Amino acid sequence: MQLTGSQFTSTTALVGNDLATLPDFPAEIRAPAGTLAGVSGFQVQFGSSEIFTPGDRPDVLVAMNPAALKKELGDLARGATIIINSDAFDARSIEKAGFVGDPLEDGTLESFRVFKVPLTTMTHRSLEATSLSKKDKDRSKNFFALGLMYWLYGRPLEHSLRWIERKFAKTPEYAESNSLALKAGYNFGVTTEIFTSNYTVPEASIEPGLYRQITGNQATAFGFIAAAELSGLDLFLGSYPITPASDILHELSRYKHFGVRTFQAEDEIAAIGAALGAAFGGHIGLTTTSGPGVCLKSEAINLAIMVELPLVVANIQRGGPSTGLPTKTEQADLLQALYGRNGESPIPIIAAATPSDCFFAAIEAVRIAVKYMTPVFFLSDGYIANGAEPWKLPEDKDLPTISARFRTEAEGFFPYLRDPATLARPWVRPGTPGLEHRIGGLEKAEKSGNVSYDSFNHEKMVRLRADKIAGIASDIPDAELHGDESGDILLIGWGGTFGALRAATKSMRQAGVKISHLHLRHLNPLPKNVATVIRSFGKICVAELNLGQLLKIIRSEFLVDAIGINKVQGQPFRVSELVERISAILNQDTVGE
Amino acid sequence: MSVNEATTNLTRDDFKTNQDVRWCPGCGDYAILAQVQKVFPELGIPRENFAIVSGIGCSSRFPYYMNTYGFHTIHGRAPAVASGLKLSRPELSVWVVTGDGDALSIGGNHLIHCLRRNVDLKILLFNNQIYGLTKGQYSPTSEFGKMTKSTPFGSVDEPFHPLSLALGSNASFVARSADREPKHLTDVLHRAAQHKGSAFVEVYQNCNIFNDGAFDHVTDKKSKSDVQLVLEHGKPLIFGSNNSKGIVFDGFSPRVVNVADVGIENIAVHDEMAPLSYHMALSNMVWPESPVPMGVLRAITRPAYDSLVNEQISSTIAKRGRGKISELLRTGDTWTVPPR
Repeated sequence: MQLTGSQFTSTTALVGNDLATLPDFPAEIRAPAGTLAGVSGFQVQFGSSEIFTPGDRPDVLVAMNPAALKKELGDLARGATIIINSDAFDARSIEKAGFVGDPLEDGTLESFRVFKVPLTTMTHRSLEATSLSKKDKDRSKNFFALGLMYWLYGRPLEHSLRWIERKFAKTPEYAESNSLALKAGYNFGVTTEIFTSNYTVPEASIEPGLYRQITGNQATAFGFIAAAELSGLDLFLGSYPITPASDILHELSRYKHFGVRTFQAEDEIAAIGAALGAAFGGHIGLTTTSGPGVCLKSEAINLAIMVELPLVVANIQRGGPSTGLPTKTEQADLLQALYGRNGESPIPIIAAATPSDCFFAAIEAVRIAVKYMTPVFFLSDGYIANGAEPWKLPEDKDLPTISARFRTEAEGFFPYLRDPATLARPWVRPGTPGLEHRIGGLEKAEKSGNVSYDSFNHEKMVRLRADKIAGIASDIPDAELHGDESGDILLIGWGGTFGALRAATKSMRQAGVKISHLHLRHLNPLPKNVATVIRSFGKICVAELNLGQLLKIIRSEFLVDAIGINKVQGQPFRVSELVERISAILNQDTVGE
Repeated sequence: MSVNEATTNLTRDDFKTNQDVRWCPGCGDYAILAQVQKVFPELGIPRENFAIVSGIGCSSRFPYYMNTYGFHTIHGRAPAVASGLKLSRPELSVWVVTGDGDALSIGGNHLIHCLRRNVDLKILLFNNQIYGLTKGQYSPTSEFGKMTKSTPFGSVDEPFHPLSLALGSNASFVARSADREPKHLTDVLHRAAQHKGSAFVEVYQNCNIFNDGAFDHVTDKKSKSDVQLVLEHGKPLIFGSNNSKGIVFDGFSPRVVNVADVGIENIAVHDEMAPLSYHMALSNMVWPESPVPMGVLRAITRPAYDSLVNEQISSTIAKRGRGKISELLRTGDTWTVPPR
């Protein structure tokens, strides 16, 4: 189903619609078919105007079995079209999905337009000429459904036909069956009379240029490759497989000719340890993981803070705590990134806003790490990591410069001699004559870097490390404000909720509400304009997929009575629920406060 | 000194730092430090190309006392950090200094994976069979029944044999020496330095504060000839005063015999490249049932991980040319939105 969904997505992008996707699949690799837990779904919103989210309530549902219908029914817009694989609605499957009666007959679907299509039978019929087994023929039914959707929305088949040929090059019998099923589905739409109409979705008016489709994890991988190229250094990834971050490891392991070394370590700790060792050696050190992996890495992150080496820790957040919801999205690791270590351990944090923004956020993380000689957190989440969007490709000139410099002059060298502007210490590659030195996790004497237990030196170093990170505020752009510079309510957000917050703000502004949206891409340090913006609005609300982590920071940093809009269901915000909750906050009686 | 060890005009003093050495007076670590400082200048490697990586514990202070590049990391993780360093800088001679707690307790996982991969690191495990820096708890190599602060009724933990663990990880170079055997230690360090791949060296090290005399039976001048089975490739396994005793194998089991009783031709001959079962049998020989093997148990040739990784990089670049991000972004399905 994920393959079918991404095929619909790329064809839709190719015809020029704007779009956003939400893959939603179980944590189990082969969850029992036909059960609610086993439903693998793929949601896409597309249109001829700017699209920020995968949409709140689908207008069309393709339900391959009763469980899929049961799971999605509650989310559908009234009057939505449901295309049902009627072959899959036998009594046993209906019961397995938890329906009391047959939903096709008992009025459950009264308020929807329902099309019952025997997808399995039709697929089998289209494959009669092939010698495939029944089971293999069954597998092609998703392509039949895809073909039908291509007809319904006037999409060409060519892109998917080419893709099928490539994907199944080694198994031509599957290439043939899937192509046949895809065409049969399309032709079924053309010839049958059950659908009275089909739809035309004109091209979106999007900025001219060269585009491609990109998922967040792919953009993350590309961003780190770009950052290494911009700095003139090789990239070293130390990683241990974990959902939903593993795709970055898979992607980066393909690019040996970019000088990318990928090390699949024995565990999360070794993964970051090796990345830090490579950073000591003069590479761009990177480790990719998700929340539980960060728990294991925290001691090594602190070592990186102490030895002041550049390193990027990418956390593709998922539902927690503990193993939590591995395949579902959440933003509950912000305070872990900020504070989840022993001692005073400041660290810059950058969070990507959209799938394509992962590319630029990755570059920004490396830029800061190298310039300030510090580990940096790069935060993404399951939603943008797996979600896809069309991306206007940047030109080389749009990319920042990253100046990585290794000290080679022995004269006047001290391991902890700081650049007065950035407070960064020098980066020296082992192998450089005359600059042999030792670093380590014990407190360092200022300048000399020798081990020091001196109490006043310790406080000085703690404050220096804090000042170094705080000083980065002068080197980052202002937070992006959408809307007027003052108003009744300011909606603050960060990370992958960007699309939903922006869409909610736009729709409320169109309705005349004096609302603006402040998106925070840098979470530590905070951009300098945040304080001014916050003081220019009557009410401040902070929307996040957690119980109020940025909210805590905003309240404590700026002493404002900000209000949280919070959700922890493993799913992104719906635009409609944001609008509802913001409206409720606006309408709260403020007299007497 | 072998032929490939060109001279660099370095001396022992070049490897000393200005930092006060802070091990307890009488600690076996001093002797090991002295031998490493003696061996390094003899290896023909420029000083700046040495890096020493350590974890946590008494032994792990080692880098601070060596005037090379050094990284005192976190508990147990030195093999991981050193692996990253070696992968990024294959031209460096990277040494890991660790202890029985650091390498075998908290860092056991990293040690075995480093050895199975055969990363070109020289790993010196200072085994004193006790936790020193935390002041005297039993370690994973402490003998069964050990009375310590954390085991007042005696430890009920079965100890590791570090060499067996290394062999079980298919380590390509496995050796043992002792702090009080400077000549022997020097030879073993040279062999380790020349080995391409992971070289694992267990060094018996006396902790005179918390576990004094743990290896006296091995190093005591009067008794050591009866205790040490000094291994030499191609030479028979003989020991004892006048080399009167030897080892024969009954199947996989070594047995001590009098050489005179069986004839020297029937004594097993040491082979560093023999099948693993032979080396495993040696590593499991424990005093007082058996003599204690000292020297290089195993030295086999297999590709080093860092060479393989870097070979994949360089051959792919040679074949495809160095990649450009602007081209990478434009591969696959792209489409142009024309100006309106």
